[in-house]
Amino acid sequence: MKRTVSLILAMVMLLAIALTGCSSAPAPVQEPGQSQNPEEKKMKVGFIYVGPAGDGGWSYAHDQGRQYLAKELGVETIFQESVPEGPEVEKVVNDMVDQGATVIFGTSFGFMDYMEKASKNHPDVKFLHCSGNKTTENMGNYFGKMYQARYLSGIVAGMKTETNKIGYVAAFEIPEVVNGINAFTLGVQSVNKDAVVKVKWTHTWYDPAKEKEAAKALLDEGVDVITQHQDTAGPLQAAEEKGAFAIGYNSDTSALVPKAFMTAPVWNWGPYYVQTVKAIQEGTWKPEAYYTGLETGIVDLVPLTANAPEAAKAVVEKAKTEMLTGKQVVFVGPIKDQTGTEKVGSGSEMTEADILMMNWFVQGVEGELKIQ
Amino acid sequence: MELWISFFAAAVVAGTPLLFATLGEIMTERSGNLNLGVEGMMLMGAVMGFQIGLSTGNPAFALLAAMVAGAVGAAIFAFLTVTLRANQVVSGLSLTIFGTGFSSFAGQKLIGQVTPESIKAFFKPFSMPLLGDIPFLGPIFFRQDVFVYIGYITAIAFGIYLYKTNKGLNLRAIGENPGAADAAGINVTLYKYVHILIGGALCGLGGAYLSLVYVPAWQDYVTAGRGWIAVALVIFAAWNPYKALLGAYFFGGLDIIGFRIQGKGIHISQYLIDMLPYIVTIVVLVAVSLKKSKENSPPRSLGTPYFREER
Repeated sequence: MKRTVSLILAMVMLLAIALTGCSSAPAPVQEPGQSQNPEEKKMKVGFIYVGPAGDGGWSYAHDQGRQYLAKELGVETIFQESVPEGPEVEKVVNDMVDQGATVIFGTSFGFMDYMEKASKNHPDVKFLHCSGNKTTENMGNYFGKMYQARYLSGIVAGMKTETNKIGYVAAFEIPEVVNGINAFTLGVQSVNKDAVVKVKWTHTWYDPAKEKEAAKALLDEGVDVITQHQDTAGPLQAAEEKGAFAIGYNSDTSALVPKAFMTAPVWNWGPYYVQTVKAIQEGTWKPEAYYTGLETGIVDLVPLTANAPEAAKAVVEKAKTEMLTGKQVVFVGPIKDQTGTEKVGSGSEMTEADILMMNWFVQGVEGELKIQ
Repeated sequence: MELWISFFAAAVVAGTPLLFATLGEIMTERSGNLNLGVEGMMLMGAVMGFQIGLSTGNPAFALLAAMVAGAVGAAIFAFLTVTLRANQVVSGLSLTIFGTGFSSFAGQKLIGQVTPESIKAFFKPFSMPLLGDIPFLGPIFFRQDVFVYIGYITAIAFGIYLYKTNKGLNLRAIGENPGAADAAGINVTLYKYVHILIGGALCGLGGAYLSLVYVPAWQDYVTAGRGWIAVALVIFAAWNPYKALLGAYFFGGLDIIGFRIQGKGIHISQYLIDMLPYIVTIVVLVAVSLKKSKENSPPRSLGTPYFREER
């Protein structure tokens, strides 16, 4: 009897760990691509997602890009969702190669090392890894300057807040999230010097209920605008229920939270996928680090809704126009860190490499940061 | 003080899906069957409740659909383990995998949909007359949505059923010793089926709370592992519905406490806080086995299929 109970408990713990990671249907789903050149042998492109394709967030945005690619180029696409950031990535790659995939996109930072290894095992397959920093003979990486759109959304939040407290629900202490928080805060402070940004860490990318709880905790502390770096709309729901305002992320979720939604920094991967696969088909592709911003439309800001302050439109537009010329608008000195020490001197700019490695909070952020 | 009240009130909300799932699992395990498919049944309830809620706009139909979906999942389990006497652990695990896949599949068209206004309005928190005005306890327990109140009633009704009625006594007897219960003229198979099915229906309700009220929009894999916490909670609550009531809100509190202490200068790793429900369960388990109290031990036939001829 005692054995049964210990068995249950052991099971529960193992499964809680294992199953929170991998949830959805394990078999890759195939979708017939519409072929435009039937005489040409159809190319097969694989996508690996970290969450469910229907998360309405990060993986959803990539999946929209995949569908766009299938439609535009008529290539066949396969995908596997909810792949944990671990050795399983290699297994998924092998499966996809066995199915005939010659290009594989991996869309999560933690896939990097496993994809690097896989790229060496499959020299004939082209690998593209999102948000990483490694390249090999046949593996490139790609990402967008999301911090630009975050800065613009910060302007909206800074002009909207009345309590001068803004809540930010954040997933993990990694540079991508940190520079997003910093860019957002700099955007807030460019229009409202008194406002602070309170950060809560959830240590999850995908748990709608938990992320909503983090936002509720922030709202109880007096914030009146919520934004997030999460893959679900949980935090936005909390804002909607409390009558506060919200800035989304990943995709336009105004229909989910009509009374709260002001805008959202979003990803638009489709054109990049088309351009890359085309280059591979034509043989002009090289393993490079692709990193662009608003100018290519890979990142963008959803048009402000009626919930956003009317005056914000012009300010956002002005900053956006400057960014479109390729000028560094966000990380320009003087920038101080949380302790008030000047990190970037007046007039100097941070390099893109430094931004991608950012591991400190700017002044105006209230929250702890422990980089692992 | 204000912050404490809002924290406890949030803990009750966070504990409500756990409460339903835990009550469902207690009911199942009291009949001697260990159903590890809680997560799967919750997800089935979540998706069907949401689907019917969306298409009819009627909260009663939505809840009914969630219960039916959970019960259908449980019926598969019951058929496998009671009639075919299959291994309960394996059957339960398969049910979780099946339920997860089913909810993703059935939910494909629901992505991005929101709970209709009529249902949102129905589940809006309201203050109970008189009770809501009790200082401290009022705002925590009696200014919630109707689903939370149903949770209180279900737990108490289940407790009365289990400890104060003949049928409850029969159920407990089956969990302890189905052979003896059978000899006493209790229809063991019928009891097992009924309670596994009701247990599944309760798990389905727990899932529907997440999709219809808590998140109020369809998002894939909305339970995010809560079914497993419920299985641990059953042990924590020592198979007692009243203790489940306390345990669920306690675990709900553990689930959200991390966010409340972040940035307050208290340095506790979030990962440690995530482990708390399981650590607490282990501590309780150790304490119980040291005390060897009859009251807190699991139903004795738990996990063993009953076969009349082998008696």
